[in-house]
Parts: sequence; structure tokens; C-alpha cells
Amino acid sequence: MNKKFHKLPDAKGHFGRYGGRFVPETLMPALIELERAYGKYKKDRNFLNELKSLQRDFIGRPTPLYFARNLTEHVGGARIYLKREDLCHTGAHKINNALAQALLARKMGKTRIIAETGAGQHGVATATGAALTGLECEIYMGSEDIRRQALNVFRMRLLGAKVTEVSIGSKTLKDAINEALRDWTTNVRNTHYVMGTVFGPHPYPAMVRDFQSIIGVEARRQILKAEQRLPDCLIACVGGGSNSIGLFYAFLKDDVKMTGVEAGGRGIRTGMHAARFAGGSLGIFQGCKSYLLQDSNGNVLGTHSVSAGLDYASVGPEHCYLRDIEKVRYTYATDREALKAFELLGRTEGIIPALESAHAIAEAVKTASKMSRKSIIIVNLSGRGDKDVQEVAGIKGINL
Amino acid sequence: MSRIEQVFKDLREAGRKALIPYIMAGDPSLEATKKFVSDLERSGADIIEIGVPFSDPLADGPTIQRASERSLQQGTTLKKVLALVKEIKQYCGIPLVLMTYFNPVFKLGVRRFIKDAVGAGVDGVIIPDLIPEEAAELTGPAGQYGLDTVFLLAPTSTKDRISKVAGVSTGFIYYVSITGITGSRLSMGKAMRDTLNSIKKASEKPVAVGFGISNPQEAARVAGLADGVIIGSAIVKRIAEGRDIKRFVRSIRKAV
Repeated sequence: MNKKFHKLPDAKGHFGRYGGRFVPETLMPALIELERAYGKYKKDRNFLNELKSLQRDFIGRPTPLYFARNLTEHVGGARIYLKREDLCHTGAHKINNALAQALLARKMGKTRIIAETGAGQHGVATATGAALTGLECEIYMGSEDIRRQALNVFRMRLLGAKVTEVSIGSKTLKDAINEALRDWTTNVRNTHYVMGTVFGPHPYPAMVRDFQSIIGVEARRQILKAEQRLPDCLIACVGGGSNSIGLFYAFLKDDVKMTGVEAGGRGIRTGMHAARFAGGSLGIFQGCKSYLLQDSNGNVLGTHSVSAGLDYASVGPEHCYLRDIEKVRYTYATDREALKAFELLGRTEGIIPALESAHAIAEAVKTASKMSRKSIIIVNLSGRGDKDVQEVAGIKGINL
Repeated sequence: MSRIEQVFKDLREAGRKALIPYIMAGDPSLEATKKFVSDLERSGADIIEIGVPFSDPLADGPTIQRASERSLQQGTTLKKVLALVKEIKQYCGIPLVLMTYFNPVFKLGVRRFIKDAVGAGVDGVIIPDLIPEEAAELTGPAGQYGLDTVFLLAPTSTKDRISKVAGVSTGFIYYVSITGITGSRLSMGKAMRDTLNSIKKASEKPVAVGFGISNPQEAARVAGLADGVIIGSAIVKRIAEGRDIKRFVRSIRKAV
């Protein structure tokens, strides 16, 4: 194994054969400017102090590492710990990145930030960061998602953001990203694009990873304090892959097993899923080279997942690399399994997880049951489930 | 010298500027595309750009996005466009350039794409989401097979970018006249003149200007500054509305 993998990406943003920059030339100066600014501010004491104090006082970090005693007893295997990103301000790990990028944008002298959103969590986090830093904010969202997530649309507007409907293509997250990239291409001089996950052109995959890596840094310290040893296994769901890389990154040099859980939707064979590793192939999409769900002519396929945050046709390039070197194993949980885990965690622990995080819980239950009672698993509980309550009620045929 | 370079050289010697119209292949059908190519050639086009539809055209504005959607609904693929070019080339005498996003090319296999494209008679390719740093896989073999690879510059381009892009672009350099996507409103200020001057200083390669040119007046002004004028959305819009494109292209021809 390459011992230096934790130093990736290379100077041009490659994680092995993945990543890079595949964007219109118009954006190149902005990406270079961002890369330089990020390179400067990630070592800047003032910037880091400001970020640190906001992480503590505004986001509420460190988030707890909670021993899920009831779930552990219910499963009867490994000890299951939950990293409580659901307790972050705005309800998910997304704020870790959105707030840091908003601060960076202000340092860079930008007056406006834009972002894409699927379920609305990243949109709400970005609108929150914009409100705090005094930047103008516009969020792109597919009309299909606007319909499904009316509550989050209103939250963004309450926070002072403009929410713009995208009604072309599949009218979902990928189309919102296309439109955000078009906006950025047009307004690049005064605007920063707050990409919500470890995807897109360099430096986004590395920068978003760094802003999320606090999850693993805290979890590593917390588990050493609680158990005087490292865990045997880490589990997190993978949409674009920011919460999972955020947890995994601090453990990459350790001898710890890691599992990323994609959305299996209605099953791989149905074609209605978002399991890029199980069903995709190498492709170039929205700024980088990665695994992609595409047809034989290179057009991007529609995806399906009960969880909007995992419902995306491609996956962060660093995950592809970690998979190739067998550092992380990738599997999937179906809609049905995720919904079961969603209810299980509520009943056993009194915590309603986001449907995204429920995919990780489903895998944790499977894995823990095969491990000894002395083993330790950390699951990233990336978000809370309030946003999904209406959706789940609908699936159960209950009219709220 | 490639056929595209020859066209620019001949025009330069005649004191004229290139007219480069763009149409989306398969919009509304591949049969119609054949007819449009003939119409464009007869209306005075020097080079024709043929768009390949893609599911996620992130450099394009609404007009070409919708054309791309219509074309995909017709079942248009990169392979079918290459077959179409092969047919067209039997009677069309001017260079044809494909404009495609990178993923369809990558999926087909870059080397195979180059061979098939050259075999079909394609003269050049423009890939709006491919920058020189990521293009070695394409430019190396394309050079060997004689396929021009046209790269883009923009109003935001710095000196570094200009010299990098001008160095690797072959056939011509595509200058994106606006900070934005295709079909946006053109603004021809001092910035455009300055950037064009910097490009001219960095390279002797011909420069064609596109994105946002929608009428003969704008075309005439751009022609005063560059070696060629590219018109896309304005033509694609007329096709979508079922209007005749010959008269429009002739009016641009006159202006250029």
C-alpha cells in the first residue's frame, strides 16, 4: 500500500487516477484563486481561531460520542458508538463545511455565495453561513426537490437566501449543481461557490474533506478517552461522501476497518439506486473523474434513493481511491433496510436519524451482530431525521 | 497544415473573416441536421460546428440545453453523430468540428474516438469541460491522427492561462466572449479587446469568438477584432421555432 495516501491529492487535484479538474476554462482562474486562498488560510492563525470559536459557540462542537447501550444490547454484538453530528446547529454535519467556506469567501473579498442543494440540508447550512457572515446568498434547487422539501425551502428564505428553482433535466440535485456551476461561470468575479460535498473540481474534494475532518479528529480523541483504545470499525453513509470522509480521515493511518454505505434504493438489479460502486463505471461528471452511474453512451443516469442526500449519480474521487487501495470497503443498504433502521434507532435510543444516516445504522446492525461483544464500532450519525418525518409518514401511508 | 488552418490562412490572405455556425446534431432529427449542414454551407459558412448532445451540458444556456434534451430524446449518441458526419462529408466541402462534453468521448474511449472521428472526416473537436492540464490523453493521439483540438479562453483568463491554452490549441483558439454560458447577452467592452490583444501577442494561431453573438451588428463588430465569428444559440433558437436559418446566416455572412 502507498504509505503517503493521506497526503493526496497531488498538485493537480488527483487521487490516483481520480479527481482532477474538468470545468469550463472560464472557471480556471477562480479555482486557482480558491486553491491559493485555501492554501493560505488553512495555515492562518486568525482564520483558524475564528473558525474554531464558531465551531464551539455557533455549531456546538465538539459533538458527543454517544455509547448506544440499548441498540448494542438489542443487536447483541459489538459495542456501538454514535458520533452525534445530528446535534450540530442546523441538524447535520453540512454546517461544518458551509460555515468554513462562507468565512473563506469573506476573506477572499467575495460578496455573494451560491450553493446547490438536494434535500435542503446543505442549502440551509449555506444560508446560515451567509446570514452569519453577511454575504448575499442564492441556493439552486431542483423543482422536484422544492416540492418534496417545502419546509427547508422556507427555512432558507427565512434565513435571507434566495432559492432558485431548476426545472430542466431530472429537476433534482445534479441539475441544481449544473445550474450553480453556470451561475458561478457567469458571476465568478464576486461570487464563491460553496460546494456541499467532497466532489467537483480541485480543490473542493480536498478542502471539503479538511473542513469535515474535525468529525474524525474528535471521535478519535473521544473513543480513546472512553475505551482507552481505537475502534475496530467505522461506518458512515456515502452520498457525495463528505460525512464519511470526515469521520474516516483522522483514522487513515490507523489499523481500523472502515465501511462506506451507499444507497441501494430498490435494489441494484432494478436500476433504481445510487450505488455507484456496485453499479457504476469510471466517468467524468461535474468537474472530476470518478465512479458514475451512466449509460453506454456516457449520459448520466437517473438515480433513486428514499434519502435525497444519497441520491446522486457520482461519488467523491477520494473514495474511489480509498476503495482501490482497499482501505475502505463500500457496500449499500436498500430503502427498506434504511427505513427499518430509521425506526429501530428511534425506538431503542430515542434518536430519529436522518434517512441518510439510517443507511449507516442499517449496516452497523449487520456488522455488529457478527462481531464479539468486546469489539467497538463508531457510526457517524450525520444528521437528524426531522426533515424526513413527513416523507416516512407518507411511505407508511399516514396522512399528517 | 490542417484543413481548418488552411481555411483561416486562405481567408486571412483574402482579407476575410471566418463564419462558424453551430447546430445541435439530432435536433429535431439527424435527417434535419444533414439538411441544415447543406443550408449552412450554401449560406456562406466556412466551418461548421456540430454539437453532440449530453445529459448535463453545464457550459450551455437554456437554448442549447433544450436542444440537447430534444436530441437525446431522439436517441442521438456520439456514435450516431460520427456516422452522420461520415455521410455529410461525402458532399460537404468545408471543415466540420464536433463540440462535445468529455464524458461521451471518455466512455467511448479517447483513442477510439479519435480514430473514428478522423475516419468519419471530422476535422476538429471542441470539448468545453476539458482544460489543457487534463487533455494529454486526447491531444497526443489527436496530433498523430491529424485531428485539431480547439481549446477555449475567456474574459477571466490570466496571462498564464492564455499562454497555456494558446500553446496547446490547434486549428484555432476559441475565445468565449462573455463571462458566462452559451446564449448569454454579449458585452463587447474594452476587456474583450484587451484579452484578444493578449491572445494575439501570445500566439499567431487564429482566434474565433463565440457565446452570445446574436445578430449581424454584433457579428460585424466581433469580426473587426477576431479571425472568426461563431454563432450558436441564435441559430439553434431559430431551428427550435421552426424558422428558416438560411436568410439569417446569409445576413451574418454579409456582416462578417
